[in-house]
Amino acid sequence: MSASDHLIPVVVSNVVEVNPIIKRFEFKHVNGDELPAFSGGAHIVVEMLDDGTKRKNPYSLMSSPFERDQYAISVRRDDTGRGGSKFMHEQVRPGMQMKISAPVNLFALDLRARKHLMIAGGIGITPFIAQMAQADKLGVPFELHYAARSVSQAAYMDSLADRFGDHVSCYCDDQGESVDLETLLSNQPLGTHVYVCGPKGMIERVVQTATSLGWPAAHVHFEHFLAPPVGEPFEVHLAKAGIDITVGAEQSLLEAVEASGTPINCMCRGGACGQCETVVVACDGEIMHNDHWLDEEQRAAKQRIMPCVSRFRGKRLELDL
Amino acid sequence: MTIQFKDESFRGDFTYANSPSNIPRFPFPFPEDEYMYSTNIEPHHAARAGSPFENAFDVDEHYVAEMKDRALVLADDPGRCQALPHMETAGWDFLELVMVSKARDYPDLFKLTMDGDRWHWINKPLQIDDTFTFGDSSTLPCHPMEYIGRQVQGDHAILDQRDGNLWMDAGIITAQADWSLDFDIGMNFFEWHAPVPLAHELGVFQRALKFLLTLPQGQPSRRLNWTLTVNPRLDTSPENYPKWGPDRMTVTPENIGEKVHLRVELQTFWRLPRSNAILFPIRTYLMAMNEVVTQPKWGRRLHRVMRDLRPELVDYKGLSRYHPILVEWLSQFDDGAPTSPGIFPD
Repeated sequence: MSASDHLIPVVVSNVVEVNPIIKRFEFKHVNGDELPAFSGGAHIVVEMLDDGTKRKNPYSLMSSPFERDQYAISVRRDDTGRGGSKFMHEQVRPGMQMKISAPVNLFALDLRARKHLMIAGGIGITPFIAQMAQADKLGVPFELHYAARSVSQAAYMDSLADRFGDHVSCYCDDQGESVDLETLLSNQPLGTHVYVCGPKGMIERVVQTATSLGWPAAHVHFEHFLAPPVGEPFEVHLAKAGIDITVGAEQSLLEAVEASGTPINCMCRGGACGQCETVVVACDGEIMHNDHWLDEEQRAAKQRIMPCVSRFRGKRLELDL
Repeated sequence: MTIQFKDESFRGDFTYANSPSNIPRFPFPFPEDEYMYSTNIEPHHAARAGSPFENAFDVDEHYVAEMKDRALVLADDPGRCQALPHMETAGWDFLELVMVSKARDYPDLFKLTMDGDRWHWINKPLQIDDTFTFGDSSTLPCHPMEYIGRQVQGDHAILDQRDGNLWMDAGIITAQADWSLDFDIGMNFFEWHAPVPLAHELGVFQRALKFLLTLPQGQPSRRLNWTLTVNPRLDTSPENYPKWGPDRMTVTPENIGEKVHLRVELQTFWRLPRSNAILFPIRTYLMAMNEVVTQPKWGRRLHRVMRDLRPELVDYKGLSRYHPILVEWLSQFDDGAPTSPGIFPD
């Protein structure tokens, strides 16, 4: 059983070029039905049928959780990635039918918060757009600090500033602007929760600054970008199925297992939720653990792997599948 | 099918009983002749017409009487219904799930009309006809969780999800098997399960929590849990222990068939969409031993399960005082014949 077994048929209702590297895709249910309600920070998995290859990528929902006639996601084009974003940018057109999963939230607002402090970097803005709509409706104070490389890449910056006014502060690297985390995190009322979504370095800086200032860990929330990395092709033996499979360079191990027809649990497909955790029967080589689920000890033991994002290099990998 | 709702009591004169036609649909909790903990979770799909697994929220002949009993408990002890301040959105999620499910599954009993956020709800068995604004608690007489919790059989806990754990932050609990919402409110998954013997060592709770944290929307799950209760009393709460604890002294070989009830909880798990919380309905079914043994397979199997039950579980489930009498009494229904797999009667 996995979330992506229960897909919702949708039609692409709109494709908008937000800037040279980001496009927004809007989906409606093929029957015109309402789509499932969700909470800010949730993502969906989009299934892409790309010339015989089935890819499933997670994208944060950016539409308002209170609008159920359509969903919206934004996709940043990554030409060095596995091809999912390239497919979305080049192949997906209005009127096309696709399949998406029901929403899953691994980056929810803590509803106990007296104030939500949101820090976004680049395309990491998308979950916050839905969360701001939610916080606004619930009447809970919030503040967004949004950093982008350049004015031309700062998707939705102007519209968010127009819509939420003083709640939004913007920073563009090419203008020499940056978030002063020390000052920002030193001056928050009790009961504030901080959320960060953006590049790895930014997440680390926010978590470190908050920790050194004495923020309780339970008040610091982050979401890493969810994208399986590319790598060298490798072979895997599936012990229960008794078969050998090859994982392509631009394919995840999870996708290769699915393509072989072997059952496997999964949900987020981004190394965060833990559903696809798989027992390693034998490993002669190195597992590239790219997940956020296993701890250091588990990684070193080489007895578990998260097939959605992790890869292998070496002589033999055998999994309990 | 029209359900004939019974007028009966779960206290005082204890007139509660199952109609003969209601007995075979009892969720007998033992798929095998022996019992041990397991994380026995399966998808809550519609299964077996007429069974309690057919619909999202089962409605049976005891519905109206159970709701009256709940009202009595709440009048006596309002602390049985509590929601921490951040759980209002979850209350609305719960209300929506129940109303939409019941109106779909029992159209002759319940009707929901939605005009945007303006909702019109008709509950015929309880003679309720209300119009309110979805999401606006000032348009309901009480918290949305309490409003709908008074109209759906079973106790309901709502678990907030954060920090990689679940938190018992709201519930309407009036028919519990000896646990207290007032004590557990605000606790996390491991804290409220702390009194359960054996299961921690088996890693049951680690696995269950991991499963629940990633429970997807639209894919509810279920499991059965069980205990025994003397007299068909729904409210066996710690708060009221002096009222029901002594009942265990009253069991004799002569009255055991009518006094001792198999108490089964159909527990389901639902991801709520707007709050990202988990709704945990605990629906209790009670059946007297005399009623259970009308199904020969159940009589045989129950004897074997009770006879071989581990002492820790006999103690934890509070059966010590009458366990030997019960095993002896059940033995007359066990001819040693093999039993068929699964829980349904032959």
